Amino acid sequence: MHNFEFVKPSSIADAVAAMSTEGAQPLSGGQTLLPTMKQRLAAPEVLVSLTGIAELQGVCMGEGGLHIGAATPHAVVAREALAHYPALASLAGGIGDPAVRNRGTIGGSVANNDPAACYPAAVLASGATVVTDRRRIAAEDYFQGMFTTALEEGEFITQVIFPIPQAAAYVKFNQPASRFALTAVFVAKFADGVRVAVTGASNNGVFRWEEAEAALSADFAAGAIAGLTVPSDDMISDLHGSAAYRANLVKVLTGRAVTAAR
Amino acid sequence: MTNVTMTVNGKSVSAPAEGRTLLVEYLRTGLGLTGTHVGCDTSQCGACVVHVDGRAVKSCTVFAMDVEGSDVRTIEGMANADGSLGVVQQAFQDHHGLQCGFCTPGMVMTTAALLAENPRPSEAEVRHGLEGNICRCTGYHNIVKAVLAASGQDADAIAAQ
Repeated sequence: MHNFEFVKPSSIADAVAAMSTEGAQPLSGGQTLLPTMKQRLAAPEVLVSLTGIAELQGVCMGEGGLHIGAATPHAVVAREALAHYPALASLAGGIGDPAVRNRGTIGGSVANNDPAACYPAAVLASGATVVTDRRRIAAEDYFQGMFTTALEEGEFITQVIFPIPQAAAYVKFNQPASRFALTAVFVAKFADGVRVAVTGASNNGVFRWEEAEAALSADFAAGAIAGLTVPSDDMISDLHGSAAYRANLVKVLTGRAVTAAR
Repeated sequence: MTNVTMTVNGKSVSAPAEGRTLLVEYLRTGLGLTGTHVGCDTSQCGACVVHVDGRAVKSCTVFAMDVEGSDVRTIEGMANADGSLGVVQQAFQDHHGLQCGFCTPGMVMTTAALLAENPRPSEAEVRHGLEGNICRCTGYHNIVKAVLAASGQDADAIAAQ
């Protein structure tokens, strides 16, 4: 790994100042960034650790729903979101393995937008708001394709705000070696309709399955999507599963998520 | 290089580190604590698991500087004060929870963290809790028995069910 200057601010204001340095990159739990740097796929000149900032930690109910600090590890979300948003807590408790969950953070996952990561599905299905050091971004505008987001140079996430649905579930088909989603579906039922977000399947990253949303908004039962088909044109195809296999999983897992929703 | 200070196994320690120095390098090279192993170096295998402020982490995927000032515990800190094996270590010995032994430090540290959170786990919870630790010898059967025994449960009776 190439060396870099390590900076660990203790406030958001100090982090903003540090991030304005040329070549600066934010570091959260580092469970993706460190392996990426070891492979020299990333070589930041300055690494700004966000894990020492108290304002970026914690889970609490607030205006607009459940507020989760960007540097909150998955293990903490799994424990502390349980009473407020069980489907989200369950998602957090199924990421990686226990040691990864103790370091990896929601902000890091959402900023990276891995096409097989879990959190993007929850953010998009919940219609969450991504709050950064400079603005608030609606989930629809935030995700812009595989590893691509609305974040600008030097911008970092401070918080994610999740509206709480009436019922929700996340069903993940594990890729057993990496424990990322081979395909996974987050279904969230709100008073004004159902939202379905899919991760792990598409070459364009997380997406909403709008046909299923319409069908489930009319009738929230697994059978409501029985007649739908998922096109496999844009699906990921690799040694773990073909595009057609993933397209089929989208439908199967959506049905299971509807059945499991509570 | 700057000196990075933290508490390791109850003692305040200091050793030089660069930005890129991983916690596992700091422990092994800086402090000579070679009980923590580097297996895959890609956060898959769990041989490098240590506790930072009581939580199990993969020390190959944490920068030393990022845990400056933390309370770190490694396999060298798992024995009893008189030097005898700790409860988890003893259970691994009693139940032959190791073959080549390379993954054992990480297995013991993950087990200790698991039992601190869940003192009487079911067999399924043990297997789920050890998901991030790979035994290249595939000796999982006895490892799971050792973890159940370390929790005070009758591992043989559970295995017979």
